[in-house]
Amino acid sequence: MTAPLTLLDRLWSAHEVLRREDGTSLLWVDRHLVHEGSHHAFAKLAARKAAVAEPALTFGVVDHYAPTRGREGAMAPDVARMIDTLRRNADQHGIRLFDLMDPAQGIVHVIGPEQGLTLPGLLINCGDSHTSTHGAFGALAFGIGATEVAHVLSTQTIWQKKPDAMRITVEGALGPGVSAKDIALHWIARLGTGGAQGFAVEYAGSAVRDLSMEGRMTLCNLSIEGGARFGMIAPDDTTFAYLKGRPHAPKGIAWDDACADWSKHRSDPDAAFTREVHIDAAQIAPTVTWGTSPEQAVPVDADIPTPAALEADKAKAASAALEYMGLTAGKPIAGTPVDQVFIGSCTNGRIEDLRAAGAVLTGRRAKVPGIVSPGSAKVKAQAEAEGLDRIFIEAGLEWVASGCSMCVGMNGDLVESGKRCASSTNRNFRGRQGRGARTHLMSPAMVAAAAVTGAITDVRPMLQGRAA
Amino acid sequence: MAGWSTYRGSAVSLPLANVDTDQLIPARFMSAPRSEGYGKFLLHDMRRDDSGADSADFVLNRHQEAGVLVAGRNFGSGSSREAAVYALVDAGFRAVIAPAFGDIFASNAVNNGLLPAQVTAEDAEVLHATLGKDCAEMTIDLETGVMTLGNRSIPFQLRDSWRTKLINGWDDIDLTLHHAGAIAAYKDKRHSQTPWAWPSAAD
Repeated sequence: MTAPLTLLDRLWSAHEVLRREDGTSLLWVDRHLVHEGSHHAFAKLAARKAAVAEPALTFGVVDHYAPTRGREGAMAPDVARMIDTLRRNADQHGIRLFDLMDPAQGIVHVIGPEQGLTLPGLLINCGDSHTSTHGAFGALAFGIGATEVAHVLSTQTIWQKKPDAMRITVEGALGPGVSAKDIALHWIARLGTGGAQGFAVEYAGSAVRDLSMEGRMTLCNLSIEGGARFGMIAPDDTTFAYLKGRPHAPKGIAWDDACADWSKHRSDPDAAFTREVHIDAAQIAPTVTWGTSPEQAVPVDADIPTPAALEADKAKAASAALEYMGLTAGKPIAGTPVDQVFIGSCTNGRIEDLRAAGAVLTGRRAKVPGIVSPGSAKVKAQAEAEGLDRIFIEAGLEWVASGCSMCVGMNGDLVESGKRCASSTNRNFRGRQGRGARTHLMSPAMVAAAAVTGAITDVRPMLQGRAA
Repeated sequence: MAGWSTYRGSAVSLPLANVDTDQLIPARFMSAPRSEGYGKFLLHDMRRDDSGADSADFVLNRHQEAGVLVAGRNFGSGSSREAAVYALVDAGFRAVIAPAFGDIFASNAVNNGLLPAQVTAEDAEVLHATLGKDCAEMTIDLETGVMTLGNRSIPFQLRDSWRTKLINGWDDIDLTLHHAGAIAAYKDKRHSQTPWAWPSAAD
């Protein structure tokens, strides 16, 4: 009888080419995704006069610098240079590139799954910390730095020490207006941004099973904000239904064989985890960040914390965050006026996110300006087919093309200094959305509610009598 | 990349928690080629005012010779951008000392010869208190895993594989190419056992 295994154990051993005496594993990489930011790695390859080892397993996409408006025309010189460099590198190495005008272009963590490039049981690397998103399919997916990107390009492998296994189990039903984003902000607020450092997190429990693939991706995406390089969920019928018929997914008999294999990708019932966390789904409220770290989050019906009431090491950070954010300790977070909103990103730019925001905005006007950037050109087309674009435009929001956009501001979509933005993105770091910008993270439905009232608002009453 | 086993240089204290990689180098500077030098981007918005002038009292501006940064918990969290490490290395840093590091930052650091030395929260407090707003000479010994500041010696944690790599200045690609045979054999096995792991041709 063999020892019970975790999903992490199974994924790890399936990819292990060898293990050094010091415990570091050399792992095979099934998919490598590159973007404009990978230019440092391609430069390293050029310096070695090396070729890409497996161009057929390497895919490129224009997303971080993608203009969201006037894509056909002239663009800022540094943006144009970054995109041209990626084009040149993709062309030189024979890599399939999802370029700006490609009908399948979009954010790397949206299009990987959408194209069926992301599958259960794969090891997926990308030079982006939100690569944990792909773990939603039961893949071993993690972000890497430029030196590691160059290594994967050259060898199709990566050296990695196996992390410890941690399980976050969420049982019960989420309340109306509460989403995967709220589960993530809830656990990060509880455990801290370093709470899962050094761990691979497996999400389990009935509330996780009940999530759509879009919700599961949101949850795994935010693992890194709790310190975990890996997030994962065992594949099931929801996973298979999402993937069936996707352009690069297995077809015909190969599909049936794959599903049979994928079904084995799960933790044994008695598998041991180094750390276990249990969360009651019913206790999770729509959650909002008030500070400059994702752990600085509270339920929307709570007050902004008083630093003196926090643990000593958190108190100083809280005071500095409140000053940067221009907020007063002890006041309710709800009612905080916002200057603008943003809906999009690899965290919450998928069709279900746009539907959730649309459900709030139908027949309502936004009091503040904002941008809605779908996660991919396919999401954009689907949203337009469903009439969601009309809802956003009639509400007074700007409907733009897909890319990382205002989540990271590399393409010039920035929040001005001192302005406050309700945002469906992943990081409320100082200066993340622009120097001096004040970011409040929340779900797309909560962003929509903030747009309508011009302030941070509990979305739940606004959904009464509506199909959310 | 050259290896190193001991380092002697100026240490400064930045006693802030959660200094993420967006703060270490704001995204707007990341399109620059490395040959330009990334040192000037390090903590750009923290050390300069809105007009771009250096803030006179910021510790890195007062001690430009510093080679060791003593930081707070969760240093280098967030984005995987290796540019954050380039900014530190190009500004002359050889080591960052903190109670905890972002996982991706730490491995990026080691890949560039920068030591992410983990100390206890108590020892970090001692270092911050000793340094205050000044700088002081520190010695770091990779072999023994001990740093020395004045008459105080403090142990630090470092993964064994990282210690070896920093000392030897190894390039992983060269190491891995020695295993080309094992990689090829693995690939054949994976292809025959799990053909679904290769992308289907799009219709």
